[in-house]
Amino acid sequence: MTQYIVRRLLQMIPITLGILTLIFSLIHLIPGDPAVQIAGEGARPEDVQIIRKSLGLDQPLWKQYVTYLTNLAKGDLGRSFRTNESVAKEIALRYPATMQLAFGAMLVALLVAFPLGIISAIYRNSWIDNVARFFALIGVSMPSFWFGPLLIIAFSINRPWFPVSGREEGWKSLVLPSLTMGLALSAILTRMIRVSLAEELNQLYVTTAIAKGVTRGRAIFRHALKNALIPVITILALQFGSLLTGAIITEQIFSWPGLGRLLINSITTRDYPQVQASILVIALTYIMVNFISDLLYGVVDPRIKLE
Amino acid sequence: MKTLKLLLKNFAFTAGLLLTLLLVIGALAAPLLAPHDPNEQDTARRLEEPSNAHPLGLDDLGRDVLSRIVYGARVSLRVGFSVVVLASLIGVTLGAISGYFGGIVDTLVMRLCDILLAFPGILLAIALVAVLGPSLNNVILALATIGWVGYARLVRGQVLKVREMEYVVAAKALGAKSPRVILRHVLPNVINPVIVMATLGLAGAILAEASLSFLGLGVQPPTPSWGAMLTSGRRYLGLANHLAIFPGAAIMLAVMGLNFLGDGLIDALDPKYRKEIR
Repeated sequence: MTQYIVRRLLQMIPITLGILTLIFSLIHLIPGDPAVQIAGEGARPEDVQIIRKSLGLDQPLWKQYVTYLTNLAKGDLGRSFRTNESVAKEIALRYPATMQLAFGAMLVALLVAFPLGIISAIYRNSWIDNVARFFALIGVSMPSFWFGPLLIIAFSINRPWFPVSGREEGWKSLVLPSLTMGLALSAILTRMIRVSLAEELNQLYVTTAIAKGVTRGRAIFRHALKNALIPVITILALQFGSLLTGAIITEQIFSWPGLGRLLINSITTRDYPQVQASILVIALTYIMVNFISDLLYGVVDPRIKLE
Repeated sequence: MKTLKLLLKNFAFTAGLLLTLLLVIGALAAPLLAPHDPNEQDTARRLEEPSNAHPLGLDDLGRDVLSRIVYGARVSLRVGFSVVVLASLIGVTLGAISGYFGGIVDTLVMRLCDILLAFPGILLAIALVAVLGPSLNNVILALATIGWVGYARLVRGQVLKVREMEYVVAAKALGAKSPRVILRHVLPNVINPVIVMATLGLAGAILAEASLSFLGLGVQPPTPSWGAMLTSGRRYLGLANHLAIFPGAAIMLAVMGLNFLGDGLIDALDPKYRKEIR
Protein backbone atom coordinates (compact mmCIF):
# COMPACT_ATOMS: atom_id res chain seq x y z
CA MET A 1 0.00 0.00 0.00
CA THR A 2 2.78 2.43 0.99
CA GLN A 3 4.55 1.63 -2.25
CA TYR A 4 1.37 2.35 -4.19
CA ILE A 5 0.85 5.69 -2.41
CA VAL A 6 4.44 6.73 -3.13
CA ARG A 7 4.12 5.71 -6.79
CA ARG A 8 0.82 7.57 -7.20
CA LEU A 9 2.35 10.64 -5.55
CA LEU A 10 5.28 10.47 -7.96
CA GLN A 11 2.87 10.14 -10.89
CA MET A 12 1.12 13.28 -9.69
CA ILE A 13 4.29 15.35 -10.06
CA PRO A 14 4.34 15.59 -13.89
CA ILE A 15 0.58 16.15 -14.00
CA THR A 16 0.77 18.92 -11.39
CA LEU A 17 3.72 20.45 -13.23
CA GLY A 18 1.73 20.25 -16.46
CA ILE A 19 -1.18 22.06 -14.82
CA LEU A 20 1.12 24.75 -13.38
CA THR A 21 2.63 25.26 -16.84
CA LEU A 22 -0.81 25.42 -18.40
CA ILE A 23 -1.99 28.07 -15.93
CA PHE A 24 1.23 30.04 -16.33
CA SER A 25 0.97 30.01 -20.12
CA LEU A 26 -2.72 30.91 -20.06
CA ILE A 27 -2.10 34.01 -17.98
CA HIS A 28 0.81 35.00 -20.24
CA LEU A 29 -1.39 34.65 -23.30
CA ILE A 30 -3.60 37.48 -22.14
CA PRO A 31 -3.46 40.26 -24.70
CA GLY A 32 -2.13 43.55 -23.34
CA ASP A 33 0.45 44.43 -20.74
CA PRO A 34 -0.51 43.84 -17.10
CA ALA A 35 1.84 46.67 -16.09
CA VAL A 36 -0.16 49.15 -18.21
CA GLN A 37 -3.30 47.81 -16.63
CA ILE A 38 -2.03 48.32 -13.08
CA ALA A 39 -0.64 51.76 -13.85
CA GLY A 40 -3.95 52.75 -15.43
CA GLU A 41 -4.79 54.31 -18.76
CA GLY A 42 -2.67 57.34 -19.60
CA ALA A 43 0.12 56.47 -17.13
CA ARG A 44 3.64 57.70 -17.94
CA PRO A 45 5.86 55.14 -19.73
CA GLU A 46 8.45 55.46 -16.94
CA ASP A 47 5.88 54.44 -14.34
CA VAL A 48 4.78 51.50 -16.46
CA GLN A 49 8.44 50.47 -16.76
CA ILE A 50 8.90 50.60 -12.97
CA ILE A 51 5.84 48.41 -12.43
CA ARG A 52 7.00 46.03 -15.16
CA LYS A 53 10.34 45.69 -13.42
CA SER A 54 8.81 45.22 -9.97
CA LEU A 55 6.60 42.42 -11.32
CA GLY A 56 9.53 40.82 -13.10
CA LEU A 57 7.78 41.20 -16.45
CA ASP A 58 10.97 42.58 -18.04
CA GLN A 59 12.63 39.17 -17.58
CA PRO A 60 12.64 36.51 -20.30
CA LEU A 61 9.67 34.12 -20.17
CA TRP A 62 11.64 31.10 -18.95
CA LYS A 63 13.04 33.15 -16.07
CA GLN A 64 9.54 34.31 -15.16
CA TYR A 65 8.45 30.68 -15.19
CA VAL A 66 11.27 29.61 -12.87
CA THR A 67 10.48 32.51 -10.51
CA TYR A 68 6.81 31.53 -10.61
CA LEU A 69 7.63 27.94 -9.61
CA THR A 70 10.11 29.02 -6.93
CA ASN A 71 7.61 31.42 -5.42
CA LEU A 72 4.92 28.76 -5.48
CA ALA A 73 7.20 26.36 -3.66
CA LYS A 74 7.58 29.04 -0.97
CA GLY A 75 3.80 29.43 -0.79
CA ASP A 76 3.90 32.85 -2.44
CA LEU A 77 1.02 33.04 -4.89
CA GLY A 78 1.57 36.68 -5.79
CA ARG A 79 -0.16 39.97 -5.02
CA SER A 80 -3.56 41.12 -6.13
CA PHE A 81 -3.56 43.82 -8.84
CA ARG A 82 -6.60 45.34 -7.19
CA THR A 83 -5.75 45.39 -3.49
CA ASN A 84 -1.99 44.77 -3.57
CA GLU A 85 -2.62 42.23 -0.78
CA SER A 86 -1.27 38.68 -0.89
CA VAL A 87 -3.68 36.59 -2.95
CA ALA A 88 -3.00 33.60 -0.68
CA LYS A 89 -4.52 35.57 2.20
CA GLU A 90 -7.76 36.15 0.29
CA ILE A 91 -7.87 32.50 -0.73
CA ALA A 92 -7.33 31.34 2.87
CA LEU A 93 -10.32 33.47 3.85
CA ARG A 94 -12.56 32.04 1.12
CA TYR A 95 -11.48 28.40 1.11
CA PRO A 96 -13.40 27.33 4.25
CA ALA A 97 -16.64 28.75 2.82
CA THR A 98 -16.31 26.64 -0.33
CA MET A 99 -15.46 23.54 1.70
CA GLN A 100 -18.44 24.14 3.96
CA LEU A 101 -20.68 24.33 0.92
CA ALA A 102 -19.19 21.16 -0.59
CA PHE A 103 -19.72 19.22 2.63
CA GLY A 104 -23.23 20.64 2.99
CA ALA A 105 -24.05 19.45 -0.52
CA MET A 106 -22.60 16.03 0.20
CA LEU A 107 -24.71 15.73 3.36
CA VAL A 108 -27.84 16.61 1.39
CA ALA A 109 -26.93 14.05 -1.26
CA LEU A 110 -26.40 11.31 1.31
CA LEU A 111 -29.60 12.09 3.21
CA VAL A 112 -31.64 11.93 0.02
CA ALA A 113 -29.87 9.17 -1.90
CA PHE A 114 -29.49 6.53 0.78
CA PRO A 115 -33.14 6.02 1.74
CA LEU A 116 -34.36 6.58 -1.82
CA GLY A 117 -31.79 4.27 -3.42
CA ILE A 118 -32.28 1.49 -0.87
CA ILE A 119 -36.11 1.57 -1.04
CA SER A 120 -35.91 1.74 -4.82
CA ALA A 121 -33.69 -1.35 -4.98
CA ILE A 122 -35.80 -3.35 -2.53
CA TYR A 123 -39.11 -2.52 -4.20
CA ARG A 124 -37.90 -2.64 -7.79
CA ASN A 125 -40.42 -1.62 -10.47
CA SER A 126 -42.97 -0.52 -7.84
CA TRP A 127 -44.45 2.99 -7.83
CA ILE A 128 -41.87 4.14 -5.29
CA ASP A 129 -39.09 2.88 -7.55
CA ASN A 130 -40.60 4.82 -10.44
CA VAL A 131 -40.76 7.97 -8.31
CA ALA A 132 -37.10 7.53 -7.33
CA ARG A 133 -36.06 6.98 -10.94
CA PHE A 134 -37.99 10.04 -12.09
CA PHE A 135 -36.33 12.08 -9.36
CA ALA A 136 -32.91 10.84 -10.46
CA LEU A 137 -33.68 11.77 -14.04
CA ILE A 138 -34.83 15.29 -13.14
CA GLY A 139 -31.90 15.67 -10.77
CA VAL A 140 -29.24 15.01 -13.38
CA SER A 141 -30.91 17.13 -16.05
CA MET A 142 -31.72 20.21 -13.96
CA PRO A 143 -29.00 22.85 -14.19
CA SER A 144 -28.03 24.22 -10.79
CA PHE A 145 -28.32 27.79 -12.07
CA TRP A 146 -32.02 27.12 -12.60
CA PHE A 147 -32.72 24.99 -9.54
CA GLY A 148 -31.12 27.61 -7.26
CA PRO A 149 -33.38 30.49 -8.37
CA LEU A 150 -36.43 28.16 -8.14
CA LEU A 151 -35.52 27.38 -4.52
CA ILE A 152 -35.08 31.10 -3.83
CA ILE A 153 -38.56 31.81 -5.26
CA ALA A 154 -40.13 29.01 -3.19
CA PHE A 155 -38.29 29.28 0.13
CA SER A 156 -36.91 32.80 0.35
CA ILE A 157 -39.49 34.92 -1.45
CA ASN A 158 -42.83 33.09 -1.29
CA ARG A 159 -42.06 31.69 2.18
CA PRO A 160 -39.23 33.62 3.80
CA TRP A 161 -37.68 30.66 5.61
CA PHE A 162 -34.13 30.99 4.36
CA PRO A 163 -32.01 33.98 3.31
CA VAL A 164 -31.78 34.81 -0.40
CA SER A 165 -27.99 35.14 -0.32
CA GLY A 166 -24.85 35.51 1.79
CA ARG A 167 -23.39 33.46 4.62
CA GLU A 168 -24.31 35.59 7.60
CA GLU A 169 -27.19 33.54 9.03
CA GLY A 170 -25.25 30.38 9.91
CA TRP A 171 -26.85 27.04 9.02
CA LYS A 172 -29.89 28.80 7.58
CA SER A 173 -27.69 30.37 4.91
CA LEU A 174 -26.24 26.99 4.04
CA VAL A 175 -29.54 25.18 3.36
CA LEU A 176 -30.50 26.46 -0.09
CA PRO A 177 -26.98 26.49 -1.61
CA SER A 178 -26.40 22.95 -0.29
CA LEU A 179 -29.70 21.76 -1.73
CA THR A 180 -28.86 23.37 -5.07
CA MET A 181 -25.46 21.78 -5.27
CA GLY A 182 -26.50 18.48 -3.72
CA LEU A 183 -29.39 17.76 -6.10
CA ALA A 184 -27.35 16.42 -9.01
CA LEU A 185 -25.10 14.41 -6.71
CA SER A 186 -28.08 12.90 -4.87
CA ALA A 187 -29.58 11.89 -8.23
CA ILE A 188 -26.34 10.20 -9.31
CA LEU A 189 -25.99 8.44 -5.95
CA THR A 190 -29.61 7.28 -5.90
CA ARG A 191 -29.11 5.62 -9.29
CA MET A 192 -25.83 4.12 -8.16
CA ILE A 193 -27.18 2.72 -4.87
CA ARG A 194 -30.26 1.32 -6.62
CA VAL A 195 -28.29 -0.50 -9.30
CA SER A 196 -25.55 -1.67 -6.96
CA LEU A 197 -27.88 -2.95 -4.21
CA ALA A 198 -30.27 -4.58 -6.69
CA GLU A 199 -27.34 -6.49 -8.14
CA GLU A 200 -26.19 -7.67 -4.71
CA LEU A 201 -29.72 -8.72 -3.73
CA ASN A 202 -29.68 -11.15 -6.66
CA GLN A 203 -26.51 -12.84 -5.41
CA LEU A 204 -26.61 -16.34 -4.00
CA TYR A 205 -25.12 -15.36 -0.65
CA VAL A 206 -28.22 -13.28 0.10
CA THR A 207 -30.52 -16.19 -0.79
CA THR A 208 -28.36 -18.51 1.33
CA ALA A 209 -28.47 -16.14 4.29
CA ILE A 210 -32.28 -15.93 4.09
CA ALA A 211 -32.53 -19.74 3.67
CA LYS A 212 -30.47 -20.16 6.81
CA GLY A 213 -33.00 -18.15 8.78
CA VAL A 214 -31.57 -14.63 8.66
CA THR A 215 -34.36 -12.06 8.49
CA ARG A 216 -34.80 -10.24 5.16
CA GLY A 217 -33.94 -6.90 6.74
CA ARG A 218 -30.72 -8.27 8.20
CA ALA A 219 -29.80 -9.93 4.91
CA ILE A 220 -30.27 -6.61 3.13
CA PHE A 221 -28.62 -4.28 5.61
CA ARG A 222 -25.89 -6.48 7.08
CA HIS A 223 -24.93 -8.52 4.03
CA ALA A 224 -25.97 -6.98 0.71
CA LEU A 225 -25.70 -3.27 1.55
CA LYS A 226 -22.12 -3.61 2.78
CA ASN A 227 -21.02 -4.95 -0.59
CA ALA A 228 -23.23 -2.58 -2.53
CA LEU A 229 -21.56 0.41 -0.90
CA ILE A 230 -18.11 -0.24 -2.37
CA PRO A 231 -18.70 1.43 -5.75
CA VAL A 232 -20.90 4.05 -4.10
CA ILE A 233 -18.14 5.26 -1.78
CA THR A 234 -15.74 5.55 -4.68
CA ILE A 235 -18.21 7.54 -6.76
CA LEU A 236 -18.91 9.74 -3.76
CA ALA A 237 -15.24 10.58 -3.37
CA LEU A 238 -14.81 11.19 -7.09
CA GLN A 239 -17.87 13.43 -7.16
CA PHE A 240 -16.50 15.57 -4.35
CA GLY A 241 -14.05 16.94 -6.89
CA SER A 242 -16.85 18.01 -9.20
CA LEU A 243 -18.62 19.67 -6.27
CA LEU A 244 -15.69 22.08 -6.13
CA THR A 245 -16.31 23.24 -9.68
CA GLY A 246 -20.07 23.16 -9.11
CA ALA A 247 -19.43 25.63 -6.30
CA ILE A 248 -18.34 28.25 -8.86
CA ILE A 249 -21.93 28.50 -10.13
CA THR A 250 -23.74 27.93 -6.83
CA GLU A 251 -21.65 30.59 -5.08
CA GLN A 252 -22.58 33.00 -7.83
CA ILE A 253 -26.31 32.28 -7.43
CA PHE A 254 -26.33 32.78 -3.66
CA SER A 255 -23.52 35.36 -3.43
CA TRP A 256 -21.70 32.82 -1.25
CA PRO A 257 -18.29 34.26 -0.32
CA GLY A 258 -16.21 31.28 -1.47
CA LEU A 259 -13.40 30.56 -3.86
CA GLY A 260 -15.66 30.27 -6.93
CA ARG A 261 -17.12 33.70 -6.41
CA LEU A 262 -13.66 35.11 -5.82
CA LEU A 263 -12.56 33.61 -9.14
CA ILE A 264 -15.45 35.08 -11.13
CA ASN A 265 -15.09 38.48 -9.44
CA SER A 266 -11.36 38.48 -10.18
CA ILE A 267 -12.05 37.67 -13.84
CA THR A 268 -14.51 40.56 -14.02
CA THR A 269 -12.01 42.96 -12.49
CA ARG A 270 -9.12 41.47 -14.52
CA ASP A 271 -7.15 40.74 -11.36
CA TYR A 272 -4.96 38.10 -13.00
CA PRO A 273 -2.77 37.05 -10.06
CA GLN A 274 -5.96 36.34 -8.14
CA VAL A 275 -7.45 34.47 -11.13
CA GLN A 276 -4.28 32.42 -11.50
CA ALA A 277 -4.09 31.54 -7.80
CA SER A 278 -7.79 30.69 -7.49
CA ILE A 279 -7.66 28.37 -10.50
CA LEU A 280 -4.52 26.78 -9.15
CA VAL A 281 -5.98 26.11 -5.71
CA ILE A 282 -9.24 24.68 -7.11
CA ALA A 283 -7.33 22.47 -9.56
CA LEU A 284 -4.88 21.22 -6.93
CA THR A 285 -7.69 20.44 -4.48
CA TYR A 286 -9.44 18.56 -7.27
CA ILE A 287 -6.33 16.48 -7.98
CA MET A 288 -5.82 15.74 -4.28
CA VAL A 289 -9.45 14.68 -3.81
CA ASN A 290 -9.20 12.34 -6.79
CA PHE A 291 -5.97 10.92 -5.42
CA ILE A 292 -7.61 10.22 -2.05
CA SER A 293 -10.60 8.61 -3.76
CA ASP A 294 -8.19 6.36 -5.63
CA LEU A 295 -6.70 5.25 -2.34
CA LEU A 296 -10.18 4.66 -0.93
CA TYR A 297 -10.68 1.95 -3.55
CA GLY A 298 -8.18 -0.22 -1.75
CA VAL A 299 -9.40 0.61 1.72
CA VAL A 300 -13.08 -0.22 1.16
CA ASP A 301 -12.45 -3.27 -1.00
CA PRO A 302 -9.56 -5.50 0.05
CA ARG A 303 -10.10 -7.55 -3.14
CA ILE A 304 -8.73 -4.66 -5.15
CA LYS A 305 -5.00 -5.02 -5.03
CA LEU A 306 -3.32 -1.67 -5.45
CA GLU A 307 -0.46 -3.05 -7.47
CA MET B 1 -34.35 1.11 -41.65
CA LYS B 2 -34.21 -1.89 -39.32
CA THR B 3 -31.97 0.04 -36.94
CA LEU B 4 -34.31 3.03 -37.00
CA LYS B 5 -37.29 0.80 -36.17
CA LEU B 6 -35.32 -0.71 -33.33
CA LEU B 7 -34.36 2.74 -32.08
CA LEU B 8 -37.95 4.01 -32.22
CA LYS B 9 -39.08 1.15 -29.98
CA ASN B 10 -36.85 2.59 -27.31
CA PHE B 11 -38.83 5.06 -25.18
CA ALA B 12 -35.82 7.13 -24.13
CA PHE B 13 -34.68 7.49 -27.73
CA THR B 14 -38.13 8.48 -29.04
CA ALA B 15 -38.70 11.02 -26.25
CA GLY B 16 -35.20 12.39 -26.78
CA LEU B 17 -35.69 12.56 -30.53
CA LEU B 18 -38.94 14.52 -30.16
CA LEU B 19 -37.40 17.04 -27.76
CA THR B 20 -34.32 17.39 -29.96
CA LEU B 21 -36.44 17.88 -33.09
CA LEU B 22 -38.35 20.58 -31.24
CA LEU B 23 -35.06 22.27 -30.42
CA VAL B 24 -33.69 22.01 -33.96
CA ILE B 25 -36.93 23.14 -35.63
CA GLY B 26 -37.20 26.00 -33.13
CA ALA B 27 -33.67 27.11 -33.96
CA LEU B 28 -33.97 26.76 -37.74
CA ALA B 29 -37.40 28.33 -38.05
CA ALA B 30 -36.85 31.00 -35.39
CA PRO B 31 -37.84 33.94 -37.64
CA LEU B 32 -41.10 32.16 -38.52
CA LEU B 33 -41.90 30.88 -35.04
CA ALA B 34 -40.94 33.85 -32.89
CA PRO B 35 -43.97 36.11 -32.48
CA HIS B 36 -41.83 39.26 -32.09
CA ASP B 37 -38.39 40.64 -32.88
CA PRO B 38 -36.19 39.33 -30.02
CA ASN B 39 -34.42 42.69 -29.66
CA GLU B 40 -37.44 44.97 -29.98
CA GLN B 41 -37.81 46.92 -26.75
CA ASP B 42 -40.95 48.28 -25.17
CA THR B 43 -39.54 49.83 -22.00
CA ALA B 44 -42.95 51.10 -20.89
CA ARG B 45 -44.04 47.48 -20.43
CA ARG B 46 -40.87 46.05 -18.91
CA LEU B 47 -41.17 42.98 -16.63
CA GLU B 48 -44.79 42.47 -17.74
CA GLU B 49 -46.27 39.08 -16.75
CA PRO B 50 -47.24 36.48 -19.38
CA SER B 51 -50.30 37.48 -21.41
CA ASN B 52 -52.02 36.49 -24.67
CA ALA B 53 -49.86 38.88 -26.69
CA HIS B 54 -46.67 37.76 -24.90
CA PRO B 55 -47.21 34.16 -23.69
CA LEU B 56 -43.98 34.12 -21.65
CA GLY B 57 -44.04 37.80 -20.64
CA LEU B 58 -41.58 40.65 -21.22
CA ASP B 59 -38.06 41.06 -19.84
CA ASP B 60 -36.32 43.93 -18.04
CA LEU B 61 -36.00 45.89 -21.29
CA GLY B 62 -39.52 45.07 -22.44
CA ARG B 63 -38.44 42.39 -24.95
CA ASP B 64 -40.63 39.34 -25.66
CA VAL B 65 -39.29 36.40 -23.62
CA LEU B 66 -40.74 33.71 -25.92
CA SER B 67 -39.08 35.21 -28.99
CA ARG B 68 -35.77 35.46 -27.15
CA ILE B 69 -36.03 31.83 -26.05
CA VAL B 70 -36.74 30.73 -29.65
CA TYR B 71 -33.75 32.72 -30.92
CA GLY B 72 -31.70 31.53 -27.94
CA ALA B 73 -32.09 27.98 -29.29
CA ARG B 74 -30.00 29.11 -32.28
CA VAL B 75 -27.15 30.19 -30.03
CA SER B 76 -27.32 26.99 -28.00
CA LEU B 77 -27.35 24.77 -31.08
CA ARG B 78 -24.65 26.76 -32.83
CA VAL B 79 -22.37 26.40 -29.83
CA GLY B 80 -23.34 22.75 -29.34
CA PHE B 81 -22.75 21.69 -32.94
CA SER B 82 -19.59 23.74 -33.41
CA VAL B 83 -18.06 22.36 -30.22
CA VAL B 84 -18.99 18.78 -31.06
CA VAL B 85 -17.69 19.06 -34.66
CA LEU B 86 -14.44 20.74 -33.63
CA ALA B 87 -13.80 18.53 -30.60
CA SER B 88 -14.63 15.30 -32.41
CA LEU B 89 -12.52 16.22 -35.45
CA ILE B 90 -9.49 16.98 -33.29
CA GLY B 91 -10.14 14.10 -30.90
CA VAL B 92 -10.83 11.45 -33.53
CA THR B 93 -7.80 12.48 -35.61
CA LEU B 94 -5.40 12.55 -32.66
CA GLY B 95 -6.89 9.40 -31.12
CA ALA B 96 -6.64 7.48 -34.40
CA ILE B 97 -3.06 8.59 -35.08
CA SER B 98 -2.09 7.93 -31.48
CA GLY B 99 -3.63 4.46 -31.38
CA TYR B 100 -2.54 3.40 -34.87
CA PHE B 101 1.08 4.52 -34.80
CA GLY B 102 1.80 4.36 -31.05
CA GLY B 103 5.29 5.45 -29.99
CA ILE B 104 6.24 9.01 -29.13
CA VAL B 105 3.11 10.55 -30.71
CA ASP B 106 0.95 8.30 -28.56
CA THR B 107 2.88 9.17 -25.41
CA LEU B 108 2.68 12.91 -26.11
CA VAL B 109 -1.05 12.90 -26.90
CA MET B 110 -1.92 10.74 -23.94
CA ARG B 111 0.11 12.79 -21.45
CA LEU B 112 -1.59 15.94 -22.73
CA CYS B 113 -4.92 14.16 -22.21
CA ASP B 114 -3.89 13.23 -18.66
CA ILE B 115 -3.12 16.85 -17.83
CA LEU B 116 -6.36 18.13 -19.33
CA LEU B 117 -8.39 15.44 -17.59
CA ALA B 118 -6.75 16.17 -14.25
CA PHE B 119 -8.02 19.73 -14.64
CA PRO B 120 -11.74 20.22 -13.97
CA GLY B 121 -13.26 20.86 -17.44
CA ILE B 122 -15.44 23.88 -16.73
CA LEU B 123 -12.61 25.51 -14.77
CA LEU B 124 -10.32 25.30 -17.79
CA ALA B 125 -13.08 26.70 -19.98
CA ILE B 126 -13.54 29.59 -17.53
CA ALA B 127 -9.78 30.19 -17.54
CA LEU B 128 -9.64 30.18 -21.34
CA VAL B 129 -12.58 32.54 -21.72
CA ALA B 130 -11.06 34.79 -19.05
CA VAL B 131 -7.92 34.97 -21.17
CA LEU B 132 -9.53 35.21 -24.60
CA GLY B 133 -12.40 37.48 -23.56
CA PRO B 134 -16.10 36.65 -23.45
CA SER B 135 -17.68 36.04 -26.88
CA LEU B 136 -19.58 33.31 -28.70
CA ASN B 137 -16.55 32.18 -30.73
CA ASN B 138 -14.28 32.11 -27.69
CA VAL B 139 -16.81 29.98 -25.81
CA ILE B 140 -16.78 27.52 -28.73
CA LEU B 141 -12.99 27.52 -28.78
CA ALA B 142 -12.72 27.01 -25.01
CA LEU B 143 -15.26 24.19 -24.94
CA ALA B 144 -13.65 22.44 -27.93
CA THR B 145 -10.25 22.73 -26.24
CA ILE B 146 -11.50 20.73 -23.28
CA GLY B 147 -13.88 18.54 -25.30
CA TRP B 148 -11.52 16.73 -27.68
CA VAL B 149 -9.83 14.73 -24.91
CA GLY B 150 -12.77 12.36 -24.42
CA TYR B 151 -12.94 11.54 -28.15
CA ALA B 152 -9.19 11.03 -28.39
CA ARG B 153 -9.11 8.54 -25.54
CA LEU B 154 -12.19 6.72 -26.77
CA VAL B 155 -10.95 6.41 -30.36
CA ARG B 156 -7.43 5.45 -29.31
CA GLY B 157 -8.78 2.60 -27.19
CA GLN B 158 -10.96 1.37 -30.03
CA VAL B 159 -8.20 1.70 -32.62
CA LEU B 160 -5.82 -0.33 -30.44
CA LYS B 161 -8.33 -3.19 -30.63
CA VAL B 162 -9.21 -2.82 -34.31
CA ARG B 163 -5.68 -2.44 -35.66
CA GLU B 164 -4.91 -6.05 -34.73
CA MET B 165 -7.95 -7.37 -36.65
CA GLU B 166 -7.33 -9.56 -39.67
CA TYR B 167 -9.00 -7.23 -42.16
CA VAL B 168 -6.65 -4.42 -41.14
CA VAL B 169 -3.63 -6.68 -41.40
CA ALA B 170 -4.95 -7.85 -44.80
CA ALA B 171 -5.38 -4.28 -46.04
CA LYS B 172 -1.81 -3.49 -45.00
CA ALA B 173 -0.53 -6.68 -46.65
CA LEU B 174 -2.25 -5.63 -49.89
CA GLY B 175 -0.16 -2.48 -49.82
CA ALA B 176 -2.71 0.09 -48.55
CA LYS B 177 -1.06 3.22 -47.16
CA SER B 178 -1.62 4.17 -43.50
CA PRO B 179 -4.05 7.09 -44.13
CA ARG B 180 -6.18 4.81 -46.33
CA VAL B 181 -6.16 2.01 -43.75
CA ILE B 182 -7.17 4.44 -40.99
CA LEU B 183 -9.88 6.20 -43.00
CA ARG B 184 -11.36 3.23 -44.89
CA HIS B 185 -10.88 0.31 -42.54
CA VAL B 186 -10.22 1.45 -38.98
CA LEU B 187 -12.42 4.52 -38.43
CA PRO B 188 -15.71 3.10 -39.81
CA ASN B 189 -15.41 0.36 -37.21
CA VAL B 190 -14.90 2.66 -34.24
CA ILE B 191 -17.47 5.29 -35.13
CA ASN B 192 -20.53 4.01 -33.18
CA PRO B 193 -19.32 5.00 -29.70
CA VAL B 194 -18.16 8.32 -31.18
CA ILE B 195 -21.74 9.04 -32.32
CA VAL B 196 -23.06 8.32 -28.82
CA MET B 197 -20.37 10.48 -27.26
CA ALA B 198 -21.16 13.30 -29.70
CA THR B 199 -24.87 13.25 -28.79
CA LEU B 200 -24.11 13.41 -25.10
CA GLY B 201 -21.39 15.97 -25.85
CA LEU B 202 -23.97 18.19 -27.54
CA ALA B 203 -25.98 18.26 -24.31
CA GLY B 204 -22.82 18.93 -22.33
CA ALA B 205 -21.79 21.78 -24.64
CA ILE B 206 -25.24 23.43 -24.45
CA LEU B 207 -25.15 23.21 -20.66
CA ALA B 208 -21.58 24.51 -20.52
CA GLU B 209 -22.43 27.45 -22.78
CA ALA B 210 -25.41 28.27 -20.58
CA SER B 211 -23.18 28.01 -17.49
CA LEU B 212 -20.54 30.32 -18.97
CA SER B 213 -23.17 32.80 -20.14
CA PHE B 214 -24.76 32.62 -16.68
CA LEU B 215 -21.40 33.57 -15.18
CA GLY B 216 -21.20 36.50 -17.61
CA LEU B 217 -18.37 34.86 -19.56
CA GLY B 218 -20.34 33.64 -22.55
CA VAL B 219 -22.48 35.24 -25.20
CA GLN B 220 -22.72 38.98 -24.73
CA PRO B 221 -25.88 41.13 -24.93
CA PRO B 222 -28.03 41.79 -26.84
CA THR B 223 -27.64 38.30 -28.44
CA PRO B 224 -30.29 36.13 -26.79
CA SER B 225 -28.70 33.25 -24.84
CA TRP B 226 -30.60 31.12 -22.34
CA GLY B 227 -27.85 31.29 -19.72
CA ALA B 228 -27.53 35.08 -19.97
CA MET B 229 -31.34 35.44 -19.85
CA LEU B 230 -31.34 33.45 -16.62
CA THR B 231 -28.65 35.71 -15.13
CA SER B 232 -30.60 38.86 -15.82
CA GLY B 233 -33.80 37.11 -14.68
CA ARG B 234 -32.16 36.30 -11.36
CA ARG B 235 -32.01 40.02 -10.56
CA TYR B 236 -35.80 40.23 -10.69
CA LEU B 237 -36.70 37.20 -8.58
CA GLY B 238 -39.83 38.02 -6.62
CA LEU B 239 -40.72 40.82 -9.03
CA ALA B 240 -40.85 38.92 -12.32
CA ASN B 241 -40.18 35.22 -11.70
CA HIS B 242 -41.03 34.33 -15.30
CA LEU B 243 -37.69 35.81 -16.40
CA ALA B 244 -35.79 33.06 -14.58
CA ILE B 245 -38.30 30.22 -14.90
CA PHE B 246 -38.75 30.00 -18.70
CA PRO B 247 -35.14 30.19 -19.96
CA GLY B 248 -34.17 27.63 -17.29
CA ALA B 249 -36.95 25.31 -18.43
CA ALA B 250 -35.71 25.64 -22.03
CA ILE B 251 -32.18 24.63 -21.00
CA MET B 252 -33.44 21.69 -19.00
CA LEU B 253 -35.69 20.37 -21.79
CA ALA B 254 -32.93 20.68 -24.38
CA VAL B 255 -30.36 18.94 -22.17
CA MET B 256 -32.84 16.26 -21.12
CA GLY B 257 -33.81 15.59 -24.74
CA LEU B 258 -30.22 15.16 -25.89
CA ASN B 259 -29.35 13.01 -22.88
CA PHE B 260 -32.35 10.79 -23.62
CA LEU B 261 -31.25 10.53 -27.23
CA GLY B 262 -27.74 9.53 -26.18
CA ASP B 263 -29.00 7.02 -23.59
CA GLY B 264 -31.37 5.56 -26.16
CA LEU B 265 -28.50 5.20 -28.64
CA ILE B 266 -26.35 3.43 -26.04
CA ASP B 267 -29.20 0.99 -25.32
CA ALA B 268 -29.90 0.42 -28.99
CA LEU B 269 -26.31 0.05 -30.09
CA ASP B 270 -25.61 -2.43 -27.33
CA PRO B 271 -26.00 -5.94 -28.82
CA LYS B 272 -27.15 -7.40 -25.52
CA TYR B 273 -30.02 -4.93 -25.49
CA ARG B 274 -30.85 -5.75 -29.12
CA LYS B 275 -31.33 -9.39 -28.18
CA GLU B 276 -33.70 -8.39 -25.41
CA ILE B 277 -35.84 -6.36 -27.80
CA ARG B 278 -36.12 -9.19 -30.28
